[in-house]
Amino acid sequence: MKGGDDAKVLAGGQSLIPLLKLRLASPTRLVDINGIPGLEYIRESGGYLRMGALTRMADLEASDLIMKRYPIIHDASVEIADPTVRNLGTVGGNISHGDPANDLPAIMLALEAEFVAEGGSGSRTMKAEGFFVDTFTTALNHNEILTEIRVPMASPRSGGSYLKLEKRIGDFAIAGSAVQLSLNSRGECERLGVGLTAVGPTAIKAKKAEEALKGKKLTDEGAIRRVGELAAEAASPTTDLRGPADYKKEMVKVLTIRSLKRAYQRAQRGGM
Amino acid sequence: MEGGKTKMHIAVTLNGKKYDADVEPRLLLVHFIRENLGLTGTHIGCDTSNCGACTVLVDGKAVKSCTVLAVQTNGKEVLTVEGLAKGGKLHPIQEGFWEKHGLQCGFCTPGMMMAAYALLQKNPSPSEEEIRRGISGNLCRCTGYVKIVESIQYAADKMMMAERKMEVPAK
Repeated sequence: MKGGDDAKVLAGGQSLIPLLKLRLASPTRLVDINGIPGLEYIRESGGYLRMGALTRMADLEASDLIMKRYPIIHDASVEIADPTVRNLGTVGGNISHGDPANDLPAIMLALEAEFVAEGGSGSRTMKAEGFFVDTFTTALNHNEILTEIRVPMASPRSGGSYLKLEKRIGDFAIAGSAVQLSLNSRGECERLGVGLTAVGPTAIKAKKAEEALKGKKLTDEGAIRRVGELAAEAASPTTDLRGPADYKKEMVKVLTIRSLKRAYQRAQRGGM
Repeated sequence: MEGGKTKMHIAVTLNGKKYDADVEPRLLLVHFIRENLGLTGTHIGCDTSNCGACTVLVDGKAVKSCTVLAVQTNGKEVLTVEGLAKGGKLHPIQEGFWEKHGLQCGFCTPGMMMAAYALLQKNPSPSEEEIRRGISGNLCRCTGYVKIVESIQYAADKMMMAERKMEVPAK
């Protein structure tokens, strides 16, 4: 991008413009990508749910496809910031901003999403895992922009859920837990994805928690509890105005257990 | 555009009237509305996109005008609180806030009314819960939410009645 690493992409602006006003960012150039056509869409094709990077949060909220087949994303779409902010805030921006308190990064980790970036040297696809490098830092190069977010298409015996705890609407999460579950034909856990919000320098993929349930029935209360405990172990929250670190870890456990149970109910109903 | 040195030309339709202006790229929409156009009905509250006092409609969608650059509204239609009343007659939303005492200090009122306007465009007969969710991006520092919700219910009823009357053939 012209302006090198001193340029910033302006999408919905709902994170970037406040940062500019607080003088936390002072790029010499802003590149407004809102005029680029063809970046606002939600559709299933080629084995993926595909979302254009400029898709607004309000469009996710209004999407029947998201509500029926990807409830984990719908859960977030009605809780991100507030309805007015969601009219402008974008899917791509929420992810590429790299804020651990944003909701979509944890969900994308749970869903094992892929991100498509376009740059001067062409296009490349990255996995969500490894994309979130550090607070406000992602694997995107300064000459690239995120164009598409891809999520493996929902299978019939899968379900997801996102729960977050916040002090009030519009505040950042105290903690959040994204759970995506697939069952095999015997009703055992085939795959589990667990992503955590606002409890570390980046969104966290709780890998040990993901492995703990493999091959087990979802009626096993002990196993479900273990997933919650392992998720809490994966969290590394800091003590701040939103609560002490110990409390946040406990909330990760509680939210993960609740989210897992809701994901299971939805998986039994065929994703709903 | 570098450092705000060069001005950009924008053409914006605001409350039905077309405006052409040369503005710095960094100028916020709320400052453009208040300072360049002199329309001070749109308030600046928190300036950090939390409070919603600056809510206006851009192409029919409610946005916080303190978190939008004026240049981003080039070619678009903006509606502010000054655009609600028509021909000297209050809009049903304004009438609702009047009748139901939907304001105390009045600071949040323009933003509340614009958020309510956007809500009722999408959902003409919202439940109390839907109204509360619909205005959840707007803060009232007097905490007068009960009356604000009643005001919006009043407006919804009034607008529905007006709609129905139009459907009944004139006798």
